[in-house]
Amino acid sequence: MTRMNKSLSRRHVLTGAAAGAAAGSFGFPAILGAQPAAIKVGILHPVTGALSYSGTQSRFGAQMAIDEINAAGGIKSMGGAKIEALLADAQSRPDVGAAEIEKLNEAGAAAVVGPYASAIALATTQAAARHGLPHVVDVAVVDQVVTRGLMNTFRFGPGVKKTVDTAIENLIKINDAAGKPAKTVMIVHEESAFGSGMATTLNAELPKHGFEIVETIKHANPTRDFSNIVLRVQARKPDLLIPSNYYNEYVLFARALRQQRVAPKAIYSILGGGASSYKFVKEFPDAAAFVMDCNHWFDPRKAAALALKEKTEKQGLFYTYEVFMNYSCVYLLADALERAKGAQRDAIIAALASSTFDMHVMPYGPTRFVNGQNQGAQPVTTQILDKDIKVIYPLAFASGNVVYPMPERRA
Amino acid sequence: MLDPLILLPAVINGLTMGAVYALVALGLTLIYGVLHIINFAHGSLLMVGLYGVFFLHRAGVDPYLALVIMVPALFVVGYALQWSVIGKASHGSDQNVLLVTLGVSIVIENLALYFFTADTLTVDTPYVFEMIDLGIALVPLPRVIAFLSALVLAALLWLLIARSDLGRAIRAVAKERQGARLVGIDVDHIFAMSFGIGTACLGAAACLLLPMFYVSPHVGHVFVLVAFTVVVLGGMGSFSGALFGGLLIGVTESVGGLLLGESLGQIGIFLIFIATLMFRPSGLFGARLS
Repeated sequence: MTRMNKSLSRRHVLTGAAAGAAAGSFGFPAILGAQPAAIKVGILHPVTGALSYSGTQSRFGAQMAIDEINAAGGIKSMGGAKIEALLADAQSRPDVGAAEIEKLNEAGAAAVVGPYASAIALATTQAAARHGLPHVVDVAVVDQVVTRGLMNTFRFGPGVKKTVDTAIENLIKINDAAGKPAKTVMIVHEESAFGSGMATTLNAELPKHGFEIVETIKHANPTRDFSNIVLRVQARKPDLLIPSNYYNEYVLFARALRQQRVAPKAIYSILGGGASSYKFVKEFPDAAAFVMDCNHWFDPRKAAALALKEKTEKQGLFYTYEVFMNYSCVYLLADALERAKGAQRDAIIAALASSTFDMHVMPYGPTRFVNGQNQGAQPVTTQILDKDIKVIYPLAFASGNVVYPMPERRA
Repeated sequence: MLDPLILLPAVINGLTMGAVYALVALGLTLIYGVLHIINFAHGSLLMVGLYGVFFLHRAGVDPYLALVIMVPALFVVGYALQWSVIGKASHGSDQNVLLVTLGVSIVIENLALYFFTADTLTVDTPYVFEMIDLGIALVPLPRVIAFLSALVLAALLWLLIARSDLGRAIRAVAKERQGARLVGIDVDHIFAMSFGIGTACLGAAACLLLPMFYVSPHVGHVFVLVAFTVVVLGGMGSFSGALFGGLLIGVTESVGGLLLGESLGQIGIFLIFIATLMFRPSGLFGARLS
């Protein structure tokens, strides 16, 4: 597959429908024997348990891509073979994720896409490696996912290090351009490998660029009350607040900040659960205003990205990064299947390893995997402006102009 | 960090959060403490209440006004659940009750997941950012309301159990089931009434909680373990104990978080819990064990 946005035109659909109806009415038997066998692809996400919202969104994105690819004629090099989704649920638990890989292997999956969370990915990629099963990793930012030498693992999105490096780089540009108003920083992060790893990197890197980290606060998941953390933010009065949490905690934290009228010069999230969420913007526009976030985001200049946004919203869902990341991952895999010309796992791994796929909806360069990590992947910095999420950095993908320092927000 | 400017507001935050724990625990202390039903479905029923308040808010009913709908509605749910499922399926065995309520909890959560998806939902009310200035701290209005409501609810439950015929019947069933039956008390009805009242408390807790929290199919887990701790700490079946236990745990968690770091704040809760079990196993307000 060379073009990802190859949806059927209305004429094709009508022609196909008419042909189907004619065949049915004349009583022609379906020529099932001539149909190429469907290619089974495991779509593995945590659709139940604590991460079920992200898992459900991820599954939706993957399913959208599969439906589009099948509607556009399937995998051409395999005679139009359709992709058959084998839906699997990791139940938000790494051990269940690994067990699901065994089931997918038994069921004859040619490859797996998923599984959103880092802890689950560490287990599923290893389990898949035992069977030589190609595993396209969608999000799972912890860098150990791709540093264990697993030949079957290909992560499409950026890892923690790349994200933090980019976040710092963009932050310095934003701060420098405004005359360096921010000098002190406070970090509030969740306690898992994702938040803690990020805090460690920030503590090591930010002082090198002239920022003083006045305090780093770690909190549990779930945290029921952020009042004390906000008290400490009030006491420290940092110029810059860097939160890194999952959605539920992010909402409670942002609310508490707003209630206590805490007003730093900027709130600059890194992979912040709520800061790049249309849901957060819609439900708490005042608390969300001017918040910046370095995160996975779509390329706002691409028509396919906007078309997917429209389709997602028509389904009553929010266009979250899980949707467009998984959508792109399935297209990446479809491109590899097209070039592998078969469902043999070795051939698919080789095709993924040599991928130069660039027809995704992300602001990435062409795909190029080095040790399983897509070198083209990069996060962007967004800001909530006019009740919408705009890309502000890098400038090549920008859809809005940065507002910094943050103006006085309505109490 | 023991700066009084932070410590005092932290204690107030702990008290207001503790009131929320007490609200969730008040119903449990009736069901678990008085009737000895280990109700694993307590968290799931709280979640049902929160969804109820959410959809009423979407229909234009303020969460606090929703009290008049949610309290009776959850009472009916609790009564029906005990009467038609838990009571019948448990066959009088406490171990069965435990498994049945666990099963009910799994079914309710998965139904919520199916019908409402895993989406986290919140309500935005005009007073969500309203603050009450207590001089040493700014406290969000919904928390002040929850705190005062916890006091009122605990007093009402105490009055109900201590002064009403129904309360006397509940206590009689709790103390001597067979004897209560012999004097003409409909034990099955009293069990269902107690379960219904306990669940109705969750209806009230849901109305008071949603303006400051969120609802998702798994939200019950966030509170249920703390609620069990509060009940045992305060003394099984003691409403004043549940209230005091909730407040104590809230303050311990808050100050513990300040001293030990937010992610270790809960250590204090369980240290107090272990100490209570060791030195006063009947709980702070429970009757002394003979």
